Amino acid sequence: MYDIKALYEAESVADAIRLMQEHPEAQIIAGGSDVLVQIREGKRAGVELVSIYGIDALRGVSYDEEGAIRIGSLTSFSHIAADPIIQEKIPVLGEAVSLVGGPQIRNIGTIGGNTCNGVTSADSASTLFAWDAIVELAGPEGVRRIPIGEFYIKAGKVDLKPAEMQTAIIIPKKAYEGYHGNYIKYAMREAMDIANLGCSVNVRLSEDKKTILDARIAFGVAGPIPMRAPSAEAAAKSKETGKETVDAFAKAVLEDIHPRDSWRAAKAFREHIAVEMARRALIKSIELGGGVIRE
Amino acid sequence: MSKQYKLIHCTINGKEREAMVDVRASLTDLLRNDFRLTSVKKGCEVGECGACNVLINGECFNSCIYLAVWADGKEILTLEGLEGPNGELSDIQQAFIDEAAVQCGFCTPGAIMSAVEILNEGRELSDEEIRIRMSGHLCRCTGYENIFRAVKKTMLKRLGKE
Repeated sequence: MYDIKALYEAESVADAIRLMQEHPEAQIIAGGSDVLVQIREGKRAGVELVSIYGIDALRGVSYDEEGAIRIGSLTSFSHIAADPIIQEKIPVLGEAVSLVGGPQIRNIGTIGGNTCNGVTSADSASTLFAWDAIVELAGPEGVRRIPIGEFYIKAGKVDLKPAEMQTAIIIPKKAYEGYHGNYIKYAMREAMDIANLGCSVNVRLSEDKKTILDARIAFGVAGPIPMRAPSAEAAAKSKETGKETVDAFAKAVLEDIHPRDSWRAAKAFREHIAVEMARRALIKSIELGGGVIRE
Repeated sequence: MSKQYKLIHCTINGKEREAMVDVRASLTDLLRNDFRLTSVKKGCEVGECGACNVLINGECFNSCIYLAVWADGKEILTLEGLEGPNGELSDIQQAFIDEAAVQCGFCTPGAIMSAVEILNEGRELSDEEIRIRMSGHLCRCTGYENIFRAVKKTMLKRLGKE
């Protein structure tokens, strides 16, 4: 038995908002692979929960009227990875979420939960940062959409107002069209492990594949929340797809990241692998875009 | 607050079931305590070891971190649901025995249910894919190699390739 004081099951988004207004102390539970574990650890003992797990309208991947990719917040990691739209347009997101936990966790874990718990190590988060994702939130005041970079406030804290919930993650068309990306997770094991560092890179190349028109890079566990590395991005933008560019890009990440020492890995080690991961992810992204790295 | 209950209906191992569920219960609690399906093991109880793994609507879930009330309307399959009408073992269970993929047996039901999810796809998975799909189970006895062999052998057999 879980130490739960009360459970309120929402049947729709409107229902969930109403329940959260009626029970202001209540916390949202989606798939529960974080919330239930925390209750088991005694961290949320005696909690009141609003379960949104039954709201099927929040599941699935689709295009909206502007061609943006809309991922319902309750879509599980395994369903994201298997989705034809994701496989065609942003396969790197499917690859990234396929590195979360193990198969059973990927069947219960949701992309909304992965981002709403505000942890820096979330495997989906760095890729969503790197693809300029928009977070859609619904609350008593209506619906609002904010860039994912603004959604994260600090470790474990995201911009959810009282009685507000996340309903979708949106990747705008201009953010994905023509881009190719790669995600690297560095962890001790290949399954059931949390990243020591995660690095997601994507690029848009010129028609002749010789110039990087745009490069985006984001890290997880390189700071208290997922982050972009703007110095590295500037070092690659409008540059030739050569070894020199790749080196400058990789080295520049150190100007942006600020990882810490923890029992998982030392700061110096994280900085060391950050440079190497940025290099490898950029090379892979250029290759996926049809480019070659010239000496 | 007084205890909170919910009446749920679900299919467990092919049979329509009804249960009055304490909202604090996990699906593991429901399956073990209300239906005596003790193949569903209580291992880590935080979704890491896979000993409580069951199929819900054909997908694998660690039932220890799945609220029992969520089972309402779902189709659940546990290891007990694999046996034949006279208690015969299924091919995948027999393969686990033949390949010595069972020692203490605690992880076995959960691991077999992951294998069932794979086998139900009816396609040939690469060795790498099988390893990834079985990676949500911790086994401290067999070293995984025998488990892998049992799954692969059954998959090939069902596809008529062995």
